[in-house]
Amino acid sequence: MGDATVANVTIRDAEAAHFDRLAADWWNPRGSSAMLHRLNPVRLAFLRAAIDLHWGGDIESATPLAGKTALDVGCGAGLLAEPLARLGAAVTGVDAAPGNIAAAQAHAAGSGLAITYRDGELAGLGGTFDLVTCLEVIEHVGDKPTFVRELARHLAPGGLLVLSTPNRTPTSRVLLVGAAEMVGAVPRGTHHWDDFLTPDDLRALLTDAGLRMDEPRGIAFSPARGFHLSDDLSLDFITTIRHA
Amino acid sequence: MADKRELLILGGGLVGMTLALAAARKGMASHVVDRADMAELTADGFDGRASAISTASWNLFINLGIAEGLEPLGCPITSIAVTDAMRPGRIDFQPEPHEGTLGRMFANRDLRLALFRAAEREPLIQWHQKAHVVTRERGEHGVAATLADGTRLEAALMVAAEGRQSPTREEAGINVARWDYRHRAIIAGLIHERPHGGVAWEIFYSAGPFALLPLQDDAQGRHRSALVWTVNEDDAAGILALSPRAFLAEVGKRMGGMFGALELNGPRAGWPLGFHHTAKITADRLALVGDAGHGIHPIAGQGFNLGLRDVGALVEVLADGRRIGLDPGDAQLLARYETWRGLDTFTVALATDGLTRLFGVPGRLPSAARRLGMGVVQRTPALKRWFMDEARGVSGDLPELLRG
Repeated sequence: MGDATVANVTIRDAEAAHFDRLAADWWNPRGSSAMLHRLNPVRLAFLRAAIDLHWGGDIESATPLAGKTALDVGCGAGLLAEPLARLGAAVTGVDAAPGNIAAAQAHAAGSGLAITYRDGELAGLGGTFDLVTCLEVIEHVGDKPTFVRELARHLAPGGLLVLSTPNRTPTSRVLLVGAAEMVGAVPRGTHHWDDFLTPDDLRALLTDAGLRMDEPRGIAFSPARGFHLSDDLSLDFITTIRHA
Repeated sequence: MADKRELLILGGGLVGMTLALAAARKGMASHVVDRADMAELTADGFDGRASAISTASWNLFINLGIAEGLEPLGCPITSIAVTDAMRPGRIDFQPEPHEGTLGRMFANRDLRLALFRAAEREPLIQWHQKAHVVTRERGEHGVAATLADGTRLEAALMVAAEGRQSPTREEAGINVARWDYRHRAIIAGLIHERPHGGVAWEIFYSAGPFALLPLQDDAQGRHRSALVWTVNEDDAAGILALSPRAFLAEVGKRMGGMFGALELNGPRAGWPLGFHHTAKITADRLALVGDAGHGIHPIAGQGFNLGLRDVGALVEVLADGRRIGLDPGDAQLLARYETWRGLDTFTVALATDGLTRLFGVPGRLPSAARRLGMGVVQRTPALKRWFMDEARGVSGDLPELLRG
């Protein structure tokens, strides 16, 4: 998976370069990001439910984020930023790989969506946002405590942070890093298992940054159902987070 | 981007227009392009075709708000009688009183009128009549069609609803498996002396099925049925050339005189029958609905119902996508639509094709085997339930819009 890369002094240059090479193919649903495309409806469904619950909005509304600001951290070529914009948010996307940002800007223009894209450091970005998303990103970050503090700093009071990441379990080691790369479902070198976090690791990091994590949900995979939300956290998990 | 809409629906017939209305109910705007002129399509006596509307399809009409106006025009099917050339051993599909009807019969013209009137009132539908599509484009960010008068229509997703000869499907290079039955369906409206009692008859002759579908009595209180008579290609021209009197004599012979004296109600027409199926009903920013994706034998009146299940599934997939901010042309949404519809259309297509072939084999022994088969179905509640649920369209994973 690997949504993207985050500009931060903590990120490895090698990771940014890796994603730069993939940028051009990002929006091809059958290309190197195919797995991320298939994951997208699942994590968006989680996000939509979280948005409705957090702000008590109309579950039928087409634009539940109208009047709100959103920041997608590690936005890649905009796979998540564009849906957030369609849902009504004023979206900013930030990514460490300049190639991603160029691809994202070109695609948003084609889609007729006004999205602000920045390449570079999250630390260099000012302002706070009602919704901050950071999906399949933190596993690519080197200095995780600093990164999490930056997430907290950009989350507006009363705002909602949604984060997903692969779990550090034997399952994810075998499926995500081993098998997925072997069969080419994700590009080689996308994941480093040792960097993965367990839900408890993440909760500890968030608590130190003054954030409170809710109960995570699993994102599981089965050949019959594809990716789906599940109680099984062993592959990947997604959670809502607020200021403590 | 002038007036870019969610959907560009090519083909504004029964299925295409139902799609536009269902999408509008979910807040999605569409362009609907059709070659025909509404005035011609709804002229009295345009054609004698009639459609069985399953309970599931009726639920869709309720959800679209057109059921109320249609209600008095539909004839409930109280039971379906299936026989092999009127020999003994018939199967009756008769639901329990609490299970409701097996569907309703409508003249296609009445359905078209109801849909067109609703579409005219719907601000989210822009209807382009008598329009010829000159070029189609499907790009990374959207689709477009240019009409003969130079108008360019843009949308996020193109939907081919043009029926079995869909030029959009051909242009997209989607291959269909097809075979020609070498048969024609003779369609005619009948007025008959005795009431039909709401029974739909499927009488199997070796040349093909002879179906009588019950319609509402006309304004003068005359009893009416729609005839769908399948004949060999080679015989069709001759049958259509018969004088009305000779034609009615042939029809009466095949009905065993059960409805008394017959009269023709409107013109007769012959429709070539074919079967086509494709597992692939989507391409980049393109979805096929209705007969564009699957043409089945009209033996059981399931073609339109199948098309409406496409509509229900596609609209549900698109509405779910819209709730989570996905573009209507998103490949993941189209993949879900294709997976959802694939098995259903294939099952129904195979079942109707199998029925046609089973009953198309002449000779005494096959006839005995068929009657034996029907006897088994008659005595096996589970099988009968399956057939009845298929007729109602309520088996399988039904789209929300088609649920009661």
